[in-house]
Amino acid sequence: MRQTVCVDTQPGGLTPLDARGKKLRQDVVDIFEHSRRGHVGSTFSLMEIVLVLYDDILRIDPKNPADPKRDRFILSKGHGCLALYVVLADKGFFPADELCRFCAYDGILGGHPEAGKVPGVEASTGALGHGLSIGVGMAVSARMDRRDSRVFVAMGDGEINEGSVWEAALSAGNRGLDNLVAIVDYNKQQSYDTTFEVQNLEPLADKWRAFGFAVREVDGHDLCALRAAFGGSPIEPGKPTCIICHTVKGKGYAPAENNLSWHHKSKFTDEDMAGLYAAFSTEKEGA
Amino acid sequence: MRGRCLNMVHKLAKADERIVFLGSDLGFGTLKQFREELPERFIMEGINEAHAIGMAAGLAFDGRIVYVNTIATFLTRRSFEQVALDLCLHKANVRLIGNGGGMVYAPLGSTHLAIEDIAIMRALPNMAIVAVADAEEMERLMPQTVDWQGPLYIRLAKGYDPIVSDPAIPFVLGKGMEISRGKDVLIVATGVTLGPAKEAAKLLAETGVSCGILHMHTIKPFDTELFLDMAQSPDGGVKAVISVEEHTILGGLGSAVAEILAETPFARQPRFKRLGIPDVFPDKYGTQNQLMARYGIDTKTIVSTAQALLA
Repeated sequence: MRQTVCVDTQPGGLTPLDARGKKLRQDVVDIFEHSRRGHVGSTFSLMEIVLVLYDDILRIDPKNPADPKRDRFILSKGHGCLALYVVLADKGFFPADELCRFCAYDGILGGHPEAGKVPGVEASTGALGHGLSIGVGMAVSARMDRRDSRVFVAMGDGEINEGSVWEAALSAGNRGLDNLVAIVDYNKQQSYDTTFEVQNLEPLADKWRAFGFAVREVDGHDLCALRAAFGGSPIEPGKPTCIICHTVKGKGYAPAENNLSWHHKSKFTDEDMAGLYAAFSTEKEGA
Repeated sequence: MRGRCLNMVHKLAKADERIVFLGSDLGFGTLKQFREELPERFIMEGINEAHAIGMAAGLAFDGRIVYVNTIATFLTRRSFEQVALDLCLHKANVRLIGNGGGMVYAPLGSTHLAIEDIAIMRALPNMAIVAVADAEEMERLMPQTVDWQGPLYIRLAKGYDPIVSDPAIPFVLGKGMEISRGKDVLIVATGVTLGPAKEAAKLLAETGVSCGILHMHTIKPFDTELFLDMAQSPDGGVKAVISVEEHTILGGLGSAVAEILAETPFARQPRFKRLGIPDVFPDKYGTQNQLMARYGIDTKTIVSTAQALLA
């Protein structure tokens, strides 16, 4: 296996989870207990990115989710939706008891998020490579209104194999959309194998720079680093921003970390569930 | 027709600040005046249709009404998933204006012929499809597109097509248009095939055959009620129904008619024939009219088909 990039996290993760990261992962595990399915690896690699955006960055009001002046967040890698769902529930966009009906026949929370069904979800995603174009449209729209709304689009590393992402990047760069932030959840794994083996993205930061973005690379599980990166956008006036978040797929649950077979599970065993609950238990810490 | 359509977008945009125009590397000087007068709402993207559709969706999610224009095949084939998900799933108020519907680009070959665009769009929930007969009818259509709810595909013909529409008959987007009633044959046309349908009805009348004409400018939603009313009356209904479209006979107007005929009990089931392009990529170039004649999308074939069905 080729390894052509230095990363500031290692398998297992150097950055320990904080209590909030653990609690939200516990909420995800509670969902798994009901659904017995879900994208484990992507959800856990994305968790800190989403929680920092909603805790510290996005100007949004759960009581007025359609406020035209709000910032927009598009989860382009829709399969990471569980990270978004637990944060939206935590913020009060919808009642938390909805979480246990994930993928249920009459639930609102599907295996990929849908706008119009889930309060707080800006765009229906799941088919990869759609979110950045939608974000470009939203960013242009904000500019037309002279609104200072910002648009954040989170994409997977595998997702950016899609050509449409680079069509959107070309457009965003040429338009100088400095109210647009492209976030790459760079966990280095896609479905079949590592990103290096399937479709190597390197040199990734240079690619975004070449498309006209100002780029910053951070540890995607370091809350302070994420706050600084998102809060410091735009990095350069007149340029869209790309934040490459180096993450660990399955972060926090050792058997799932960097384990390709944990990309998606359609049937959790009782043993899996016991392990997941143990991994995110806060009892020992007295929390 | 295209010029009239785009000029209408400009006119409508001047009166309604929700309206945005988004082109994909259109011809030099397209909508120059729009660009000069309303530069912020004139967007010219590159040759990136999938992105352009997603971008239009993002603008529409903010309450804007976005008119997207490029070649029909690239709006339907190239960016199908964006049309399906970003537009149809979200019921986005985006209007897709497809240049060269049917065999307009005959000299350019199959890469540019939009001969299955209606079938593609018909399969998508929430998508509406409209194909007007001429430039004057386009002017009557366009104001009604502004407040249409959800995505809309507007199929453009060649331009400078003969004016065959009748301003005395009200144009209502979302409904069929009854041109005339007849007791023997009902001809169902859409887009530019209204012209040959009218000519054929006239020729058949001279031979004693009474033809009704239904101009189904809005192919989806399909005005089933009007179609059945015209097919079933008077006196137990027509003896034959002919659909005629500049499109493959799979999945378009003829298929819509066939589906209704197959599922509706008639006192006397009418004979039925779809006129259109067979299940092929056209193997000739030449002109649109030459290809239309090759596949029997013309007056002569409508007349002979009616005579054969009545025989």
